[in-house]
Amino acid sequence: MPDLLLELFSEEIPARMQAKAADDLRRMVTDKLVAEGLVYEGAKAFATPRRLALTVHGIPARQPDLKTERRGPKIGAPDAAVQGFLKATGLKSLDEAKIQKDAKGDFYIALIEKPGSAAIDVIAEILPVIIRTFPWPKSMRWGARSAKSGSLTWVRPLHAITATFGLETEEPDVVKFSVDGIEAGQTTYGHRFMAPSAISVRRFEDYGAKLKAAKVILDPQARKDIIVEDAKELAFAQGLELVEDQVLVDEVSGLVEWPVVMMGSFEKEFLSIPDEVIRATIRNNQKCFVVRDPKTGKLTNKFVLTANIEAPDGGKTIIAGNERVIRPRLSDAKFFYETDLKTKLEDRLPKFEQIVFHEKLGTQAARIKRIERLAAEIAPLVGADVEKTKRAARLAKADLLTEVVGEFPELQGLMGKYYALAQGEDASVAAASEEHWKPQGPTDRVPSDPVSVAVALADKLDTLVGFWAIDEKPTGSKDPYALRRAALGVIRLILTNESRLQLGTLFSSALTLLLYFSFRPDLGYPQLARRWSPQVEDGKSEWNDARYLALLDSDGFIARHLEEIGMEQMGNPDLGGDDDREAYDARASAYAEFERRLKHLELVAVHFMFEDAPLEPARTKSAVSNARQQLQSEPFAKLGMDRLATDLGAFLADRLKVQLRDQGARHDLVDAVFSLGGQDDLLLVVRRVEALGKFLDSDDGKNLLAGTKRASNILSIEEKKDKRTFDGAPDAALYKLGEEKALAAAIDQVKAEASAAVAKEDFAAAMSAMAKLRPAVDAFFDKVKVNDDDPKVRENRLKLLNEIRAATRAVADFSRIEG
Amino acid sequence: MDALPDHMRPERSFQGFILALQRFWAEQGCVILQPYDMEMGAGTFHPATTLRALGPKPWNAAYVQPSRRPKDGRYGENPNRLQHYYQFQVIMKPSPPNLQELYLKSLAAIGIDSAIHDIRFVEDDWESPTLGAWGLGWECWCDGMEVSQFTYFQQVAGVECAPVAGELTYGLERLAMYVQGVDRVYDLNFNGREGAEKVTYGDVFLQAEQEYSRHNFEYADTTMLFEQFRMAEEACRKYLAAGWREGSNSKEHLMALPAYDQCIKASHVFNLLDARGVISVTERQSYIARVRDLAKACGEAWIHTETGRAV
Repeated sequence: MPDLLLELFSEEIPARMQAKAADDLRRMVTDKLVAEGLVYEGAKAFATPRRLALTVHGIPARQPDLKTERRGPKIGAPDAAVQGFLKATGLKSLDEAKIQKDAKGDFYIALIEKPGSAAIDVIAEILPVIIRTFPWPKSMRWGARSAKSGSLTWVRPLHAITATFGLETEEPDVVKFSVDGIEAGQTTYGHRFMAPSAISVRRFEDYGAKLKAAKVILDPQARKDIIVEDAKELAFAQGLELVEDQVLVDEVSGLVEWPVVMMGSFEKEFLSIPDEVIRATIRNNQKCFVVRDPKTGKLTNKFVLTANIEAPDGGKTIIAGNERVIRPRLSDAKFFYETDLKTKLEDRLPKFEQIVFHEKLGTQAARIKRIERLAAEIAPLVGADVEKTKRAARLAKADLLTEVVGEFPELQGLMGKYYALAQGEDASVAAASEEHWKPQGPTDRVPSDPVSVAVALADKLDTLVGFWAIDEKPTGSKDPYALRRAALGVIRLILTNESRLQLGTLFSSALTLLLYFSFRPDLGYPQLARRWSPQVEDGKSEWNDARYLALLDSDGFIARHLEEIGMEQMGNPDLGGDDDREAYDARASAYAEFERRLKHLELVAVHFMFEDAPLEPARTKSAVSNARQQLQSEPFAKLGMDRLATDLGAFLADRLKVQLRDQGARHDLVDAVFSLGGQDDLLLVVRRVEALGKFLDSDDGKNLLAGTKRASNILSIEEKKDKRTFDGAPDAALYKLGEEKALAAAIDQVKAEASAAVAKEDFAAAMSAMAKLRPAVDAFFDKVKVNDDDPKVRENRLKLLNEIRAATRAVADFSRIEG
Repeated sequence: MDALPDHMRPERSFQGFILALQRFWAEQGCVILQPYDMEMGAGTFHPATTLRALGPKPWNAAYVQPSRRPKDGRYGENPNRLQHYYQFQVIMKPSPPNLQELYLKSLAAIGIDSAIHDIRFVEDDWESPTLGAWGLGWECWCDGMEVSQFTYFQQVAGVECAPVAGELTYGLERLAMYVQGVDRVYDLNFNGREGAEKVTYGDVFLQAEQEYSRHNFEYADTTMLFEQFRMAEEACRKYLAAGWREGSNSKEHLMALPAYDQCIKASHVFNLLDARGVISVTERQSYIARVRDLAKACGEAWIHTETGRAV
C-alpha cells in the first residue's frame, strides 16, 4: 500500500515547541485519515529546527465505497415532500427507492452509494486544513500576504511543503495542494550553512538519506544520542565526567540540525564559585554542559558546547568565541556571589518590609514573621529545637534578595544554605533554607531534619490558610498560587515523617497570626468602624472584605445587617423623627454588635505586642496560642475559625485521597474515615484506612459490611415511611427473641472494646473487636423479623439496627464504603 | 565592494563597522536615516520604526540609533554594560521572504563568516509593554553570543501590522568587540588608526558613562522629571486632540509625529525615574500603562495620516 511523506519547511522553530508539534502533526493527519476511512499501518513524525516531517505508511490507495440508507417520506406523501427527497438523495424517480414498513406505515428508503475517492485526493483536501489550523502555542503572520486578513499563520515563516504519495516500487505522485501561495512539491533544502541547496525527494526512505547527506539529522532522538555520546566521550578522554542534563539535551537538540560537540574551558579561578552557580550560568545562558572530576565530584573548568556546523578550522573559532562569552558571565556570577557574602542574611530582612507578597496578605516581612511563629508552634510536635526552628524560619527566605538568586531564581534555597553556612549558622538552620521549599511535587524528596520539617510545614500551612482566608481557593484547572502542591506537600511531610499534628489547631493558629500580622489595620480593628466625615472623606466600608468577613460574618450577622451597618457608618441623616425610632434603634444596635466584634478581634493584638516581655508565671503558652484561645472564646470567631478549618481540612482530605489512590488505596475508605468528622490528624487517618482495608479483605469484614449495609437499607426505608429517625437506646424490656438480646449485648461489648482500642490508636484491635459483631448481626437477620406486627416491638428493633450503625462508627462510617 | 583603506575596514574600526552595515543595507534598497534627535531606550522607538511599521505602504530603512538605558550605567567600570550605546536598526515592510539570508549576508559584510562561526536563531519573542507592541522572532547567536534581535512585528502601538514588517537590531558595540577581538568595550578602536592617531571608544565615551551614571542614579532631578513626565503626557494628548480633522470621506490626523515625540519623551523620563528608584513596583505598572496609552493613541493617529493610511 502507498505511503505519504510530508515535510513543512520553515524558519527556525523554537526548540521547546518541536516535540509537541511533531506529535500534533502525526495525530492530526492520522486522525483525519482514519475519519476518512483510510486506515493506515504506521506513522512517525520528526522535527528539526527548520522542519516538521511525517511519514505515514500503508495507506489504502482508495477510500472504501460508502453505502448509506436514507429514509424518505411516507407512501402517498404530498408531492413537495417527494420532490425534496428525490433532490436530496439524487434519485431520478421513486422507482429507484425501496419501500420499508414499520409501525407507523410504509416509507420510501433511498440507497445511496458513495464511491470512495482516491486517497491522494482525500489527502490533498485534508492537509491544507491541518496546516491552517495547526495548534502552535504562538503563531505569526509574515510577508506581503499578511497585508490581507486570513493569511496563513505559522510558528515562523513557512517556506516550502513537500508532500508525496505512492507505492514503494513506483515514482510517487506529488499531493497537489497549496496553502496561501505555497505549492506542495518534492523540493526541500539541506543544512542552512553546510548544504543549503535544493534537494528533490521521492519518499521517506530517500528523504532521510538525502537529508543526512545534506548535513541534516532528521530524528531528534538521533541528535540527542549524538550529543550525549560525543559529550561523554570528550569528557572521558580527559578523565572527566559529563554532568548529564536531560532537559538541556532536549533543548540543545532542538537548536541544531547537525550537532557538533566540542569542549572549551574557562579560568580555574572561577571554580571558587559554588558548582550550582557555575552550572546555572553556563547552562541557562549558554546552553552548554558542565563537566566534573569523577574523583572529587566537583566541577572542573571545562564545558561542552554543541555547534551546528563542522567548521574548516576544526571549530577553533567557535570554541574561542564561546569561551569569550562564558568568561564575563562567570565573572558576573563570581562578583554576585562575593557581593552576597558581604551581607548577613538577617541584615537583608528589613528590605522585605517593602516587598508585597500578596496585596491582601501583606508584605514578605509579615509572612516571615508568621512563619517563624507558626514553625515555633510546630517544632515541639515534630521533635525540633524551638530556637533553631525560629532562627531557620527567620532566615529561610532571605536569599530571595541576593544577587545570585535574582539572576538564577532556580537556585533559591540552595544559595540560602551556602550563605547561612558561610556566616556560621547551625547545620540544621542552614539546611532549612534549602529544604523548607520541599517537597515541590509528588516525586520531590521530603525533608527529614525536624527543623526543616517544622519550617516547611509552617510555610505551606501559612500559604494555605492565607489564601483560604482571602477566598482565593483553587477552582477547576486554575491554581495560580499552587495551593494543591502546598497541600500535597503538607500531606507528604506529615506521612513521611510520621508526624502527629492536630491540623485544625494549626489552621486556627495560622489564621490568628494573619489576623495580627497582615489583616489588622494600622490603627487596629476598631478603626474599621470609623465614621465617615466630609473633611477626611474616610470611613469607606473596608471591613466588607473576605479576610474580615470570614470571622465577623461567620453566623451571617453582617449579611443580615449590611445595610444598617453601612448606613450607620455613613451617618445617614434621613432618620430622625419619632416614626423612625424603631429603625434608628435597630441600626444602632446592629452597629454596636459590629463594633463589639471588631473590639474582640483587636484582643489578638495585646498578646503579640508584649510577646517579647518576660513571661509571667501565668503565661506559659506562646502568644499565638493565647491569642487563638482568646479569639475562640467568642462564638462568632470560633465559628469562623472552625469553618475555615473544616473547609481547608476537606481540601487536604481530597488531596490525601488522590495521594492514597495513587498508592493503590481505596478512596471510599478514606471517605469512610473522614466522614466521622474531626479527623485532622492525617497520620491517624491513614493508619485507620490501612486497618480498615485489611479488615474488609477478611470474611468477617465483608460480612459485617454486608450486615451493616442491610441494617442501613432497612432503616432508611422505614425512616422514609414513618418520616422519623430511630435514634435513642432500645428498651431491653421489649426484646422478645434471644437473637435480639444477643445482638444488644454484642453491640455493647463491641462498642466498649472498639472505643477503647481507638482511644489507644490500636486500629487493628478495634477492627478485631468489630469482627465480634458479625455472628450476632448474622443471627439477628436470620431469625428476627424487623417489621413486627406490634409497632412498639418494631420501633425497638429499628432502634437496635440503628445501634449497629452507631457501633461501627467507632472505626468508620460504613455507609460510605462501596461494595 | 571597492577596496577600503585599512582603517575603514569593519574589523579595524567601530566607525568602519557602522559604515559597512549602512552600505550593505543601502544596497538592499533601504533608506539610510540618521539617528532620531531625541533620547530613547531603543532603536524601535524611532518613528521610522514605530510609526512606519503601521499602515500598508512599503518601507525599508536602516539607521544607527543611540540608545539610553539609564539603569544599565556602571560608572564606566563594567567591561560591557553601558547606559548609552548604539543600536543598528533595520526595518523592512513587508518582510521580504529572504530576510534571514539578508541578515546572514550582512554579518558577512562586517566580517562574520558563517562557515567558521556558529550562527543560530534562538527563540526570543519580543514584547514592548510601553509601546503596546509584540512580535515573534529570535535572538541571533554567534558562537554562543547574542548579537542581534530578529523580529517579525505583529502589532505596534496597539495596531495590527498589515503587512508585517521585519525588524533587525544589531548591538553594535558587542558585535564590534567580537570582530575586533577586544574584551572591554572601552578598548574598541573607534577610528581604525594606530599609535598617536588611534581613538578608542573609551576616549569618546568613558567620561560620559561616568558622568551619566552619577546623574542617572544619584542626581537626576526627580521633581523636575515627575513634572516633565506629566507635561509630556499632557502635551501628547493635547497635540493628538488638536490634530484630528474631518477629511473628505474619513477622519484624518495632521499632527501624529509631534504628538509621538512627547510619547518618546515620557518614556525616557520614566526610565530615568525608574533608575533613580523613586517608582515603586505597583506604580511602575501604572507608568508603563500610561506610556502605552500614549503610544496607542499616536498609532491610531498615525494610521489616519497621509503616510500611515491605506491608499
